[in-house]
Amino acid sequence: MARVSSTAKVELRGVKKRFGRKVVLDGLDLTIEPGQSLVVIGGSGTGKSVMIKCVLGILRPEAGEIYVDGMEATRLRGRGRDAFLRKFGMLFQGAALFDSLFVWENVAFGLIQGRGMQRSKARDIAMEKLAKVGLSAEVGELCPAELSGGMQKRVGLARAIAADPEIIFFDEPTTGLDPIMADVINNLIVDTVRGTGTTTLSITHDLVSARKIADRIAMLYKGKIIWEGPTAEIDHSGNPYVDQFIHGRAEGPIKMEVKA
Amino acid sequence: MNFFASIGRTTLDLLREIGRFNIFAIESVSGIVRPPIFWPLILKQIMRIGFYSLPVVGLTAFFTGGVLALQIYIGAARYGAEQFVPVVVLVGILRELGPVIAGLMVAGRVAAAIAAELGTMRVTEQIDALTTLATDPIKYLVVPRWVAAVISLPILVFIADVIGVFGGYVASTQSLGFTGSIYLNNTMNALNNHDIASGLIKAAFFGFIIALMGCYYGFHSKGGAQGVGSATTSAVVTSSILILATNYILTNIFNFFSF
Ligand SMILES: Nc1ncnc2c1ncn2[C@@H]1O[C@H](COP(=O)(O)OP(=O)(O)OP(=O)(O)O)[C@@H](O)[C@H]1O
Ligand SMILES: [Mg+2]
Repeated sequence: MARVSSTAKVELRGVKKRFGRKVVLDGLDLTIEPGQSLVVIGGSGTGKSVMIKCVLGILRPEAGEIYVDGMEATRLRGRGRDAFLRKFGMLFQGAALFDSLFVWENVAFGLIQGRGMQRSKARDIAMEKLAKVGLSAEVGELCPAELSGGMQKRVGLARAIAADPEIIFFDEPTTGLDPIMADVINNLIVDTVRGTGTTTLSITHDLVSARKIADRIAMLYKGKIIWEGPTAEIDHSGNPYVDQFIHGRAEGPIKMEVKA
Repeated sequence: MNFFASIGRTTLDLLREIGRFNIFAIESVSGIVRPPIFWPLILKQIMRIGFYSLPVVGLTAFFTGGVLALQIYIGAARYGAEQFVPVVVLVGILRELGPVIAGLMVAGRVAAAIAAELGTMRVTEQIDALTTLATDPIKYLVVPRWVAAVISLPILVFIADVIGVFGGYVASTQSLGFTGSIYLNNTMNALNNHDIASGLIKAAFFGFIIALMGCYYGFHSKGGAQGVGSATTSAVVTSSILILATNYILTNIFNFFSF
């Protein structure tokens, strides 16, 4: 069922996802070219995390197609799915560290379980990746519950990049970090992408971060991408929704669903 | 109209739940023949499910065996059949009370613990994270637990059998005036492979039920701490009921084949 569609690394076509009666994604189209860093912005609860989970097959969309390297991914199972998932690294919004394992085992998990690497070798790589996100080897010996929220986020980041995947999804990588650490993480993301040709999709509310890491920015609103363009154009997009969002104004076309 | 709509919706929900459970059960069972198999995790779970349940199972078995002897004595004495106390205690413990008491105790301990652990992993997205690290959560979390439970429960029940019969022995010699050597002799003469085996077969089924229900409710829990709490309750209640129902069915089957 493999079908070559285009040269895009990841492509979503008409993806629809709803929970009960609540429509979250309503025919979403999005394309990420190889080696590109795309940032998706959008209000809280607009379905940014859901979109990523649909690509990874954690959630199953009701309609639409998702292509990764030209292969349709929504119906993959078994070995094919494992091979597909090995292309990805994922930083979860809430870090989602395994609390029964040590920090370094978390980082090395994909290497040991997913790729069958020897523990000692995987451990060295894990420590190296932890150092990259500014965490010492002592932290590697702790349990996730002993870390602060920001440290957990950085461990999650180390885990996402541990296996040097082709595609990395960052779900709010800088949320909950102080501005300086946020910049360290931004630099790290930029370095990861620039150096290696990794394709990334990041989600953020943080426009400073978005401007720094993005080649292109897309905005999600009401289940669709309503604007997409190069990072430099975000300030003169001519789109009232984007303008409202980047200037953080309560007044404008976007009505927050806050009921009095 | 509203009435029929709600009946319809309830029926649909029930069917969906049954379907979801069946898919989960099939994937969990077939996970054992699809490599990889995580042996270290199975060993770890045997420790947690089997070994750490020993104290609670041993204590309940001891008291159950004792009280069984005391009660049987009352009935038997009415017909002057006191000498059958050791045999009835033995058969009662081996065939019924050993597996059922151990099963229910482990259900309370282990089904709850599994549901709470996996439920927390679900709501904190750790199960999703496993998937993204190309590790099948069913194989990594569910298979080791049910395999460990199916191995552990018969061992636990065997130990419970010994302790339960010993409890009967203690009660009979201390409170009922039995002579120790005679009691033991009667017990040994009545010992029968079928009685032992039928209890251990039951135990393996109960172990499967406990682990599977714990995993199922944990896996499908949602909505934060409250969701995990209700998953835990459901796992314990459902596995306890299923243990008793399965026990009834298995006893009927064994009787039918005179096993
Ligand atoms: N498993 C689920 N079951 C039911 N509803 C869900 C589920 N996951 C997400 N939703 C709903 O889908 C909507 C989008 O959620 P999502 O997590 O994608 O938001 P988001 O854009 O990532 O927001 P944030 O920026 O706050 O993280 C929300 O309204 C949420 O209630
Ligand atoms: Mg989100």
